Amino acid sequence: MSETVSKTARWIDWANPTRFMTFAAAFLPWLGGLTTLVLAVGFWMSMQAPDDYQQGATVKIMFIHVPFAWLSMMCYTIMTLAALGTLVWRHPLADVSAKAAAPIGAVFTALALVTGSLWGKPMWGTWWVWDARLTSVFVLFLMYLGIIALTRAIDDPAKSAKATAILTLVGFINIPIIKFSVDWWNTLHQPASVLRMGGSTIDPSLLWPLLVMAIGFTLLFFTLHMQAMRNEIWRRRVVAMRRVAARSAERRTVQ
Amino acid sequence: MSNHAGFILAAYGVSFIALAILIGWIFVDQRTQRQALQELELRGVRRRSEAKTDGAS
Repeated sequence: MSETVSKTARWIDWANPTRFMTFAAAFLPWLGGLTTLVLAVGFWMSMQAPDDYQQGATVKIMFIHVPFAWLSMMCYTIMTLAALGTLVWRHPLADVSAKAAAPIGAVFTALALVTGSLWGKPMWGTWWVWDARLTSVFVLFLMYLGIIALTRAIDDPAKSAKATAILTLVGFINIPIIKFSVDWWNTLHQPASVLRMGGSTIDPSLLWPLLVMAIGFTLLFFTLHMQAMRNEIWRRRVVAMRRVAARSAERRTVQ
Repeated sequence: MSNHAGFILAAYGVSFIALAILIGWIFVDQRTQRQALQELELRGVRRRSEAKTDGAS
């Protein structure tokens, strides 16, 4: 029992904001460099990839559309875990993580919608249909906007953290709906073709560039998320220090 | 490239611009917060927890 307690204590001790800042400062340049390298290789592979026998050259849009769509869901899942961290353990980094992730997730979701639309026009003959997959991703985008608004509507992070965490948890119901919408309903969007029972249905000449681009954009997400978390911790320190400065100035005038 | 080149270029172009704005915004935010912290430290303001920790970055 005491061993478990000390282990938990050690874990929490490690994950404090100051340790995170030291770790991020050392790790971010490497992560940024690796991101640039993988994205450059992925972009080169995408340009070299052959045309699809049905989609033609528009398959190139898939190399960015699929990673954006995947990240829009991964980002929300990370925010849901952070919401649990806020509500269950009240961990100080959990709310910082959720708040920093929301704008990045919103951008990736918007890009998934826009690139999907730019693919849909030449391939489906329409920019947009209100079917299950497209609508559920649009709802995800609105969820991100709602969360961003809520995190910035309340000045005190201690108060906004709980409200944001509850909203995020409730909104997580949308993630399995997005994932399985193509199986549950009749939609224009094709069913899963990369991660599916019985292996991928994509030819290796197109699958490899897609996977490298997906890894590159995932690394980009983590680089941006870590930097945004660092900014948020600085922002909170600035607010705390301004408060201290204001209080000591007040005391001086009273005396 | 086929006659769909416009759609492909638009998709890559929009993505590049949106990500550049996102990255730029995060960098500007970083500079703003760092400058604010430095200015407060120059004025001699310290966080309450700073006495206990080994000098937060």
